[in-house]
Amino acid sequence: MSDDLYREAILDYYKHPRRKGHLDAPDIHYHDHNPFCGDEITVELKVKDGVVVDAAFDGHGCAISQATASMLMEEVIGKSLDEIKAIDKEYILDMLGIEIGPVRLKCALLPLKVLKAGAYGLEEWPE
Amino acid sequence: MQRVLPNGRPLIYFDNAASSQKPESVLRAMDDYYRRYNANVHRGVHTLSEEATAAFEAAREKVAKFIHAPSARQIIFTRGATESINLVAYTWGRANLKPGDEVLITEMEHHANIVPWQILQEQLGFTLRYVPITDEGLLDLDELPNLLTARTKLFCFVHASNVLGTINPVRELAAAAHAVGARVLIDGAQSVPHLPVDVQALDADFFVFSSHKMCGPTGMGVLYGKRELLEAMPPFMGGGDMIREVKLTGSKWNSVPYKFEAGTPAIAEAIGLGAAVDYLQQVGMERVHAHEREITHYAYTRMTEVEGLRILGPGPEARGGLIAFTLEGVHPHDIAAILDRAGVAVRAGHHCAQPLHDRLGVHASARASFYLYNTPAEVDVFVDALHKAQEIFTL
Repeated sequence: MSDDLYREAILDYYKHPRRKGHLDAPDIHYHDHNPFCGDEITVELKVKDGVVVDAAFDGHGCAISQATASMLMEEVIGKSLDEIKAIDKEYILDMLGIEIGPVRLKCALLPLKVLKAGAYGLEEWPE
Repeated sequence: MQRVLPNGRPLIYFDNAASSQKPESVLRAMDDYYRRYNANVHRGVHTLSEEATAAFEAAREKVAKFIHAPSARQIIFTRGATESINLVAYTWGRANLKPGDEVLITEMEHHANIVPWQILQEQLGFTLRYVPITDEGLLDLDELPNLLTARTKLFCFVHASNVLGTINPVRELAAAAHAVGARVLIDGAQSVPHLPVDVQALDADFFVFSSHKMCGPTGMGVLYGKRELLEAMPPFMGGGDMIREVKLTGSKWNSVPYKFEAGTPAIAEAIGLGAAVDYLQQVGMERVHAHEREITHYAYTRMTEVEGLRILGPGPEARGGLIAFTLEGVHPHDIAAILDRAGVAVRAGHHCAQPLHDRLGVHASARASFYLYNTPAEVDVFVDALHKAQEIFTL
């Protein structure tokens, strides 16, 4: 059974998340949540010479937020922190390959927000 | 309500606990005010202002009769139940609460009945305590004697829970509070739209509810209070309409309820609420309640057929017209998204009751909430879509 929002790949990443868990002694660790729906994402990165060599996420939430986080962790391996800083909304939508309404867009972009905050070395998201 | 969604599905609206749909008569009443007698109230001596004032005050009378208040003067118009609670916190609370006092609330409160007391607690230094709930989702009344003591100055509790559906024994709770000399504030946001309410029979000191959940417009709510309490309370906000006399050296307050209604009120909204009350009374609140019990019972039974579905709160006999639930392996957001595709509007999230969800051990839930216009056939579409959601996520 399929549905245009829940295409196979997204469901697969949700049900069998890749790169979920924690790293030993990560160089970057950032956590945030969406206060409206309670989705939570933690991202951990190991960085060598400015390039991501290992990545993991943890958290809970809807299929969109969790699958996006999982896919994104695979994507960032081998990317420099500067490349990560340049990832935008279009990149995420292309990666997911679905149309998303404004409400669910927040779910899809939460992992990117956490990832970029980590890449920028933020202690806290600026209000 | 005949609306068809962009994907061609007829709309099934099961998000009534968030906000109900509005009948034609309410829309017409508001439109009529704006078109025919739009003017400010309590001021002008001209015809339009007199008509507007008469309609505005007639709405207050209708609301008073609807909840069996002794007098329309005890009906204060606010922006909603949230503002009504804040009004009590900032006026009665500031005048009466001090360090050593206790305010008792419950674990099943909406944020609107938690956060104002937390804010005030920081300012005034009283103690805030919580009545726990049982695993079934009822107030743990065995704990009440330990919590409700001579130190308790105010006991605030919800009449019908917006998550569990639980209808609390409010009359007994009020009596227990009064026995120790505490005042009670009852949050009726989820009860007044759905069942007959008599604030005098409940012996409520304060009773609050919102217009938009009972077929009325948004931006309008009600605070009912006992006369002697309202008379003794300081004003809420300063401005026009709430004063009797203003001098550069100081001012004197208007009488109740105007003392609490600074500025031009939401006139069209009050008139709209009056029309909503007319509408509900025409149908009859006993009938509204009976219809909802029937549909909730049916939905509850059909939902138990869905594997992995957990209903939060008590059985259908002890609940109002809403059912919050989780579905194993499917996040509530995803449930709501799939139901939306089937044309069914439900809410997903923590429903402004995070402490309650923490207590229940779930991050979020989905919630179907019914009203007088919902039908068993709609429940069937809803349950079919739940099965589909499960298929999508488990196959």
